[in-house]
Amino acid sequence: MATTTADAPVVRRRRGALGLLAWLCGVLFFLPVAWMVLTSLHSESDAATNPPSLGAPLTLQGYREFFGASTGVSPWPPLINSFSASLMSTLLVLVLSIPAAYALSIKPVRKWSDAMFFFLSTKMLPAVAGLLPIYLIAKNSGLLDNVALLVILYTSMNLPIAVWMMRSFLAEVPVEILEAASIDGAGLPTVLARIVAPVVAPGIAATSLICFIFSWNELLFARVLTGVVAGTAPVFLTGFVTSQGLFLAKVCAAAVCVSLPVLIAGFAAQDKLVQGLSLGAVK
Amino acid sequence: MTLTHSLTRRARAPRIAGRTVPPRRSRGAWARRAPLLPALIFMIVVTQLPFVGTVAISFMRWNALEPDHKAFAGLDNYKEAVTDPQLRSSLLTTVTLTVTVVLVSLALGLGLALLLDRRFRGRGLVRTMLITPFLVVPVASALLWKHALYNATYGLINGSLTWLWSLFGSDDPPQPDWLSSLPMMSVEASLIWQWTPFMMLILLAGLQSRPLDAVEAARMDGATTWQIFRYLTFPHLRRYLELAALLGSIYVVQNFDAVFTLTGGGLGTANLPYTVYETFYQAHDYGQASAEGVIVVLCSLLVGSFALRTVSSLLREETR
Repeated sequence: MATTTADAPVVRRRRGALGLLAWLCGVLFFLPVAWMVLTSLHSESDAATNPPSLGAPLTLQGYREFFGASTGVSPWPPLINSFSASLMSTLLVLVLSIPAAYALSIKPVRKWSDAMFFFLSTKMLPAVAGLLPIYLIAKNSGLLDNVALLVILYTSMNLPIAVWMMRSFLAEVPVEILEAASIDGAGLPTVLARIVAPVVAPGIAATSLICFIFSWNELLFARVLTGVVAGTAPVFLTGFVTSQGLFLAKVCAAAVCVSLPVLIAGFAAQDKLVQGLSLGAVK
Repeated sequence: MTLTHSLTRRARAPRIAGRTVPPRRSRGAWARRAPLLPALIFMIVVTQLPFVGTVAISFMRWNALEPDHKAFAGLDNYKEAVTDPQLRSSLLTTVTLTVTVVLVSLALGLGLALLLDRRFRGRGLVRTMLITPFLVVPVASALLWKHALYNATYGLINGSLTWLWSLFGSDDPPQPDWLSSLPMMSVEASLIWQWTPFMMLILLAGLQSRPLDAVEAARMDGATTWQIFRYLTFPHLRRYLELAALLGSIYVVQNFDAVFTLTGGGLGTANLPYTVYETFYQAHDYGQASAEGVIVVLCSLLVGSFALRTVSSLLREETR
């Protein structure tokens, strides 16, 4: 970049100051999470002090409590429920959204944008608007407190986003190559496996990740439609806080444990996450 | 670029199927539509049919605690809902909450994206730190704010105030009970913390997709940093700002986790989703809850049609 020698130190100083400001903001936004982790590693009496005790000895007591050391309440069933509901609904979303996106991008049907808008408009219908009939149907058909019900609802929650995302990823497949392949006599399965799949594989990964995260985080449906058997990790968290005694370290340990899978996945896939969250509109 | 790429391509590509097999066109059309149907039917069954049920129940007097009094109620539930001051206040709360959270996090996100768009030491690490709030499970972050930060006796905020005051030799620091003295602001602050990274990510992607040669040329011509931002960067970012605001609003309007966990809907923080939840789940008034649900949908339709127009301009740009 061409800067004259005269203003170079000024520019450099300003750049340094802005970098420092960025660091400051980063630390500020990260602080609550860091505090959560630190508190989770303190004993209950060290966690609840004013002013905060930064240098208190570290202990895993909070985590032991979370895994049911004194109460005997295990967090594993809700964690497993969350995991299986999120995983199964993500798979179902993929099975439904990929063909739909294919129909909407590579071989677009007429009025394809109407279908796109229908999908998106369902995201604007508040979840509470259909909750009661779903509750009543589930109650009468014995599906209440069942992970399968959550799988269906999470699929409906994520499917519109997945269709939008997958469509934009499929739109990146160069049609010239598809044409060339079909002129050379390649059948649909060959074209899909050899040409389409490699291009959209990262897109499928991003879509899966986002569907998994949204399902893992969901509270309202899980809270209303599950009970003792199918309760998910977020429901478990809300029921975790009792008003008796000190519990801060335990709450923080629980929050860390439940957030950890999402945090790891999100850090690992930062760039894909952006592309997915913007429905594939940005890269 | 993704947005422009697909459409130029579509215009260039004549329909191969249509050209080779013109007589079987209707069959071809069905073959094309078939992959779309499972998803379409699934969405209609799981989201639209229950809503029809909600509309039907909204005309009934139906309280689960009095199963014998189930009857047709006409517009009674709606009359009650419209005159209910609680519903009105939760409508207002929803609007305030959504507008505040979306606008503030959009502004902060823009600032952070501009900061991160420059090169500096440790940029990757700062970016990772900045997106962390978005990756914490919403209930967990609500619990974190409620107990570890806002708590009046041992929360981090008041703890820091104590520490700051003691630096100046005072043992009488202010120790407000944040959640009860500033309930709305407390909920908003935690949501802004959670949603700013989302806005930042989208805007950062927008900034990085901006054509750099134009910026370079403008700088050569002596444009100031502000002029470059005002006339080059901002117009380019507009689309991304709209997209971020739209997606953010979809999620913040429906927020349940923060309201439920932080204040339990108390002190004027109950938004529409929480109010419907309460009428249905706590008061067991199915008819009333359904009427409220229908009203919520009508309001969302108003906002939604506006939002859809924004997206349709995005889509049109893509298909042009």
